[in-house]
Amino acid sequence: MTVSNEKLTRMAEQITANMNYGEDTEIVADKVADHINRFWDQRMILAFKAHADGHRESFSKALQAAVLKLN
Amino acid sequence: MNSSTAEYTENWYRVGAERDLGTKGSCSEDTVELTIDGLAVCVPEGTSIMRAAALSGTDIPKLCATEDLDAFGSCRLCLVEIEGRAGFPASCTTNVEPGMVVHTQSNRVAILRRNVMELYISDHPLDCLSCPSNGDCQLQDMAGAVGLREVRYGYRGANHLDEAKDDSAPYFTFDSSKCIVCSRCVRACEEQQGTFALTVEGRGFDSRIVASQGDSFAKSDCVSCGACIKACPTATLVEKSVIELGQPVTATITTCAYCGVGCSFRAEMQGDKLIRMVPNRAGAANHGHACVKGRFAFGYASHKDRINTPMIRESISEPWREVSWEQAFEFTAKRLKAIQKKYGRRSIGGITSSRCTNEEVFVVQKFIRAAMGNNNVDTCARVCHSPTGYGLKTTLGESAGTQTFDSVMEADVIMVIGANPTDAHPVFGSRMKQRLRQGAGLIVIDPRATELVDAPHLKANFHLALRPGTNVAVINALAHVIIDEQLQDTTFIEQRCDLDAFTIWCDFIRDKKYAPESVEKTTGVAANQLRSAARLFAQAANGAIYYGLGVTEHSQGSTMVMGIANLAMLTGNLGREGVGVNPMRGQNNVQGSCDMGSFPHELPGYRHLSDDITRAAFEQDWGVKLDPEPGYRLPNMFDSAISGEFKGLYIQGEDVAQSDPDIQHVQAALTAMECVIVQDLFLSETAKFAHVFLPGSSFLEKDGTFTNAERRISPVRKVMQPASGMAEWEITCALSTAMGYPMAYSHPSEIMDEIARLTPNFSGVSYALLDELGSVQWPCNDAAPQGTPTMHIDEFVRGKGYFSPTPYVPTDERSNSRFPLLLTTGRILAQYNVGAQTRRTANMAFHSEDVLEIHPSDAEMRGIENHAWVGIKSRSGETVMRALISTKMQPGVVYTTFHHPESGANVITTDNSDWATNCPEYKVTAVQAYPVTAPSQWQESFKRSDIAQRDLLP
Repeated sequence: MTVSNEKLTRMAEQITANMNYGEDTEIVADKVADHINRFWDQRMILAFKAHADGHRESFSKALQAAVLKLN
Repeated sequence: MNSSTAEYTENWYRVGAERDLGTKGSCSEDTVELTIDGLAVCVPEGTSIMRAAALSGTDIPKLCATEDLDAFGSCRLCLVEIEGRAGFPASCTTNVEPGMVVHTQSNRVAILRRNVMELYISDHPLDCLSCPSNGDCQLQDMAGAVGLREVRYGYRGANHLDEAKDDSAPYFTFDSSKCIVCSRCVRACEEQQGTFALTVEGRGFDSRIVASQGDSFAKSDCVSCGACIKACPTATLVEKSVIELGQPVTATITTCAYCGVGCSFRAEMQGDKLIRMVPNRAGAANHGHACVKGRFAFGYASHKDRINTPMIRESISEPWREVSWEQAFEFTAKRLKAIQKKYGRRSIGGITSSRCTNEEVFVVQKFIRAAMGNNNVDTCARVCHSPTGYGLKTTLGESAGTQTFDSVMEADVIMVIGANPTDAHPVFGSRMKQRLRQGAGLIVIDPRATELVDAPHLKANFHLALRPGTNVAVINALAHVIIDEQLQDTTFIEQRCDLDAFTIWCDFIRDKKYAPESVEKTTGVAANQLRSAARLFAQAANGAIYYGLGVTEHSQGSTMVMGIANLAMLTGNLGREGVGVNPMRGQNNVQGSCDMGSFPHELPGYRHLSDDITRAAFEQDWGVKLDPEPGYRLPNMFDSAISGEFKGLYIQGEDVAQSDPDIQHVQAALTAMECVIVQDLFLSETAKFAHVFLPGSSFLEKDGTFTNAERRISPVRKVMQPASGMAEWEITCALSTAMGYPMAYSHPSEIMDEIARLTPNFSGVSYALLDELGSVQWPCNDAAPQGTPTMHIDEFVRGKGYFSPTPYVPTDERSNSRFPLLLTTGRILAQYNVGAQTRRTANMAFHSEDVLEIHPSDAEMRGIENHAWVGIKSRSGETVMRALISTKMQPGVVYTTFHHPESGANVITTDNSDWATNCPEYKVTAVQAYPVTAPSQWQESFKRSDIAQRDLLP
């Protein structure tokens, strides 16, 4: 078990909020996914993707799209 | 007799006495030719005769003159004769002129000088043999130089010989009986330091130097920077260490191990005993100035608390066992390898220290990547300036400040955001104050009224006292005004910046929600103040921005750094002297530790691990396959330790159990690990959770380099052998070898050669170059063999400057009825970071405990009295400190420092962090404050465990 799901989600939503300034959702999602892929440990990405499987609906729209673009 | 060829000495780097040319140099490019004592001399226009003579090899006698200060012309000892001119002009205040013929010595001049000296000595104690300045006294030297043989006035007249001695200051004494009232100390305090603590009281014969209004030095405004002591030509102001131990014999140039200014010092020694640290006049960062920490607070290096023998233990409840280095390495390597076998290669990692040298940091990250085989490496810069790296790389293309410190002297308007340079970067703070006293405009953006807001002979044009957590709203409002009122530098933007990005950013920033009138309520800053400040900055010929941890340590730290870079680009304030984006780095080697590849996603030189070419270069050089995936950041390591996945941590010289936020969380993480290795000077808070203690070495005990906030790489030089027998880079190499990846260097210069070989920005750096130049600013390579003082001159490192939109996203940490106040943390002048060094010096006399600063109305509302105990509670924890009622605070905001472990400032701070880098949000914590009569539960428990852990020492 790596960083908790609650914290991973909080971090991902925080990234999304800071990269979202009114552009198209897909563009924001690309940026969010690129950021996470570049800076997060693979274990955190895998854990977050696993968590997203059952909880994607609760994410913001851009993050929902970004999860699909994670490595 | 010739010496034997068998004579040998280790090559310690030593220098002779520092020469004083008497007056400041001139920057003029025009030259003047003249004749001095028959010699043809050519010097820049504006040079004094005194300096010109000194440059030609003749030191004209002087007492009130020093090249550190403006010429004053009061002692009348430096008189000369000039052909065709009547009288005897003072050579310090008379500038050279073309064709001038000067005689520095003549019978008439000699008589005058002797007479002056007779007068001085007639009112001076004749105790030279027992005087602490014997051998280092300019008055004594001048008596010899002018051939003083008698004092015709005698010694029985009115005099000052019974003046009382003031030894109230911790590090020096003031003996007025030895004073010649040359006022060098007064001028040093004014010109160099900018404190104005000293003055000349009385007139004529009654004139005497006093601190403040006749207070003792300890009670005065004096900040113990030591400038007056260096300036004093007699024994009036002397270091207590010199009084106690005598004059130093040798000197070595080295670099201070405190803040990110990186002052150059002469470590003055008797044998291998450090007598005093004297700021080096040739030091490019400090120009002969210092602060109380670098100048005096070095006693920790020889403190009795130093642990100099390796220690191990099976569990943290067991007593420590002293062992040999070999046993320590074997124990550690075996344990780490066992953890990796059981939990996987990525279950361990390490932290590099921003207090250690570049070379030491480089070998630690190499050890982790090559010997541990993963990228779980992070640095304490994570918790201070990681947003600077991200923000400046994104916008400008390089993770570093853009200027030299000297650049501030060309600035017309200075904007200081979330920084308190007079406390945290005092030597640069003094330099900034010099420029401000010359008339530069000043905008301070800070929740607190820092010293710069209203200091002697300077006052900020604007103090935007924003609510903590609203930085981005303020920077956006400033940019909005500039666009709204068309004050931007269109030519600069069109030539230097990415126009597509600028267009998107313009649309973003034009939004009415960023208008000053819209953010007024959120930020607490009046709209008209924001508009006026924006106009002042935008209309300055040279506008420079300086910022500190009040910018980075927020949930939007990275956004704010980008907002600052946007503002600088918008106003064309990059790429020349007097402008720029200047991060004030906290610790001595924050810049260097970042440069050296301490982050889990990038290799030295800020190159991402996913870059195959870069990775291949390191793999080839190191002979090992590197993990291409980023590792854990520091907070991720702690979280994963608590969840049971991360098991071992090698900590180089950092005290995470005191300095990191949400301490109880950090302590739980450390407790959960199976092998914690601490390499430090003392039993730090973190070491209490360790299984292995490897004794570190102080900056006096090793060779290496530090890189300061202006990218200046400066040499650190060994002046004594390591107390533990090993320099820190040697310890890391030995541990790596024990882990199965041999690392061996015969000297840190070889590590720097490796850094240069693998890092393009450092390819020209070598110890030989540092010996030649004194210091060098990176990039230093074929394109810039002498280094790069100013970055981004013709184009940005990334090509075109990138305007990144900076949406304001309020922090999750909000005040409410339970936690109605916002706590922000910082540091003060006399202490440094966790205080491990400064708490073990006489600096404790200046600041012996952390206090909670609170506005009078907040205190009154809660029944909190000045200096009384006050409880502070947040969502994370609770602690108790004494209250300090202060109008520097705004209502609703409280402040404290974290220099003392028992105060538990970081028990209260939360695990909120910057969105891009996870830099903790130290600067915003919602709290409640209330009167109490006893320490908190955490403090009681801290006290018990502190005693228990100390009892476990051998």
